[in-house]
Amino acid sequence: MTKKTFILPLLVLAAVAIVPAQNKMVVDILKAGGKGTIAIPDFRGAADAQQYMGTFNSVLWSEIEGSGLFNMAPKTLYPLTVPQTPQDFKPPQPQAQPARRGAPSPAPAAQAPWLTDWSGPPVNATYLAFGYTAVKDNQLVLFGWFYNVTQNDISNAQAIGKLYFASIDDKGARKIAQEFAADILKTFGASSLAGTKIVFVSQRSGTKEIWTMDYDGSNQKQLTSYRSISTMPGVSPDGTKVAFTSFVRGTPEILLHSLETGRRLPFYNQNASMNAQVDFTPDGKSVVFSSTAAGGYAQIYRANINGSGLQRLTNVRAVEVEPKVNPKTGNEVVFVSGRSGPQQIFKMSIDGADVQQLTPGEGQASNPAWHPDGQHIAFAWTRGFEPGNFNIFIMDVATREVVQLTHGAGRNENPTWAPDGRHLVFSSRRGSSTQIYSMLADGTDVKPLTTQGQNTMPVWSK
Amino acid sequence: MGSQSRMVSQNLTARLGARKVSAIVLALSLSLFAAGCKKKAPAPPPPPPPPVVSKPAPVIERPNVTQFEAEPTTIEKGQASTLRWAVSGQTSSISIAPGIGSVDASGNRQVYPGATTTYTLTATGSGGTSTSTATVRVTNPVVPPPPTPAPPSRTLADILKSDVKDAFFDYDKSDIREDGRAVLTRNADVLKSVLSQYPNAVVIVEGHADERGSAEYNLGLSDRRATAAKEFLVQLGVPADRLKPVSYGKERPQCTESNEGCWQRNRRAHFEAGQ
Repeated sequence: MTKKTFILPLLVLAAVAIVPAQNKMVVDILKAGGKGTIAIPDFRGAADAQQYMGTFNSVLWSEIEGSGLFNMAPKTLYPLTVPQTPQDFKPPQPQAQPARRGAPSPAPAAQAPWLTDWSGPPVNATYLAFGYTAVKDNQLVLFGWFYNVTQNDISNAQAIGKLYFASIDDKGARKIAQEFAADILKTFGASSLAGTKIVFVSQRSGTKEIWTMDYDGSNQKQLTSYRSISTMPGVSPDGTKVAFTSFVRGTPEILLHSLETGRRLPFYNQNASMNAQVDFTPDGKSVVFSSTAAGGYAQIYRANINGSGLQRLTNVRAVEVEPKVNPKTGNEVVFVSGRSGPQQIFKMSIDGADVQQLTPGEGQASNPAWHPDGQHIAFAWTRGFEPGNFNIFIMDVATREVVQLTHGAGRNENPTWAPDGRHLVFSSRRGSSTQIYSMLADGTDVKPLTTQGQNTMPVWSK
Repeated sequence: MGSQSRMVSQNLTARLGARKVSAIVLALSLSLFAAGCKKKAPAPPPPPPPPVVSKPAPVIERPNVTQFEAEPTTIEKGQASTLRWAVSGQTSSISIAPGIGSVDASGNRQVYPGATTTYTLTATGSGGTSTSTATVRVTNPVVPPPPTPAPPSRTLADILKSDVKDAFFDYDKSDIREDGRAVLTRNADVLKSVLSQYPNAVVIVEGHADERGSAEYNLGLSDRRATAAKEFLVQLGVPADRLKPVSYGKERPQCTESNEGCWQRNRRAHFEAGQ
């Protein structure tokens, strides 16, 4: 008893001690250093275009802010005169020589916009996005520019100057804002999430079905209608197929569907009490899953994409589930096993050899998900909490260093990485409602993506 | 005139087709002709009446009921009895009461009397009326007939619900506990008998888990619980191919509170009727 109370402060100290390492890992993942401060004043629309600018400005801002690449300069600090075209920039007039030594300098004339309005205090931005929209030839047109305002010579400042076209409505305004944001992110080697999808499980129709939505929670659509239990989706690397666990024929088994047509594709299920929890190899040609094909405990197996060519990877007297193939190398599998006691995360080679325990045995660990770099995983862990109270962590697989991203706000599970490697999506039960959230890999910028019914097990796909 | 009678006789001859008969008839008709001449002398004689086959005067009998009976004479309510009857003699009407009405001289009819009934057959002819009665005794069965031999009144699901109990498990474990052994031992006896009663039925052994582990791990864990319960029952003689383990993980909890009482209720093997 006394020993226990003595150990607790030590654990806290240990947790504090690894904080610097945590930050470095997150920095590595976010590649966040040195992208600078960006200013994005509100764009205006000519005549009929103005009514869509509320949508445009909020989407552009949130896309850039959500990338986590930039420090966002607050709008309240911006100069009153905002450029709308490059021609609006007027270099400062060379200061007139005072007529007589000692005479007071003339009051400076009203200064036209110049780069230093944005690069100097109080904005202190490195970058400025500006432009305007108009209706032309029955289209909504964005004239968008992106400048490095720290350049002395304006001819060197322009990084982007481009026209974007869309339909004249809120949808069009959203589209051109996303495309402009994607171009801005591309100049920093970052990819936009626009166009990516999240596959998830929703119970809002009454039974658990597979659903899809856009990366920002819009466009939520029901994919399956089995009226049974359809759960635990895995998505192929090219984003065209989803494999999930279905109870439609009694025992849990694997169903494969096209995400493009929604149709069911052939998959041969082993004659077993359980076939479940599919992940794909990076080439999309085979799958790993958990099965009782040999009787006894659920074990990790590999098979061809249609379920043929079964190959057993593990062989222990313990429950083994949730295999996930390294998306970069294709030659490693992380999985969850009870072989050492409460469920922990392990790693092995794709042929089942060289098994290593990744989580240290404390609490329960589950839901490993590879980062696209093949070097980090996100996972759910109860460390520091009662069994069942999971939080989201990330781990450097080589060093086993971990960073905690959520801190006890609800039960947080099933993290998966966005294709940009900088965002995560996860489910969180807060109160009686489980919903899907996205966040940056440092745990900030948490956004709810769903509100209706119970929503779980998100997979962020291309 | 003579030719006429000859024609008649020829007709008769043709009809009778025998010479000897034709000679007799000819003589007879001649004698009739002579008699007619005696009555109305000048008028031409009427044609001879057709020859009548002489017959003794009929004796008019009363109708005779030769048979009227019910078979069987005693039935249970809802069953049928057959009335059979036969009537001889001259009749103008035959009827059976109650409820049947006019009938032919002989026949049979199924009746379904709701209570003991005496049927009366009445045969009427010019010679008089005859009656006969037949009684069908209707008994009310004392007990409803048992549905022999199967199916029993309780369904498989009823029996499983009342007589086959859940086996409970420790947290994160799939070993059969001491209390689980006792429960499964009793279940084995019930299952063996019920499965022989329902030779085509399969019993689903459901595995369940509490809410605390991950859904994925719990699916594997409760699969193991279902299989462990099945293996225990098979050791006690329950046919293996009649028990189908199905893992539900934490997908189908029977309670959702976050406390040990509810968690324990959900860590179980449960039995349901299958196909």
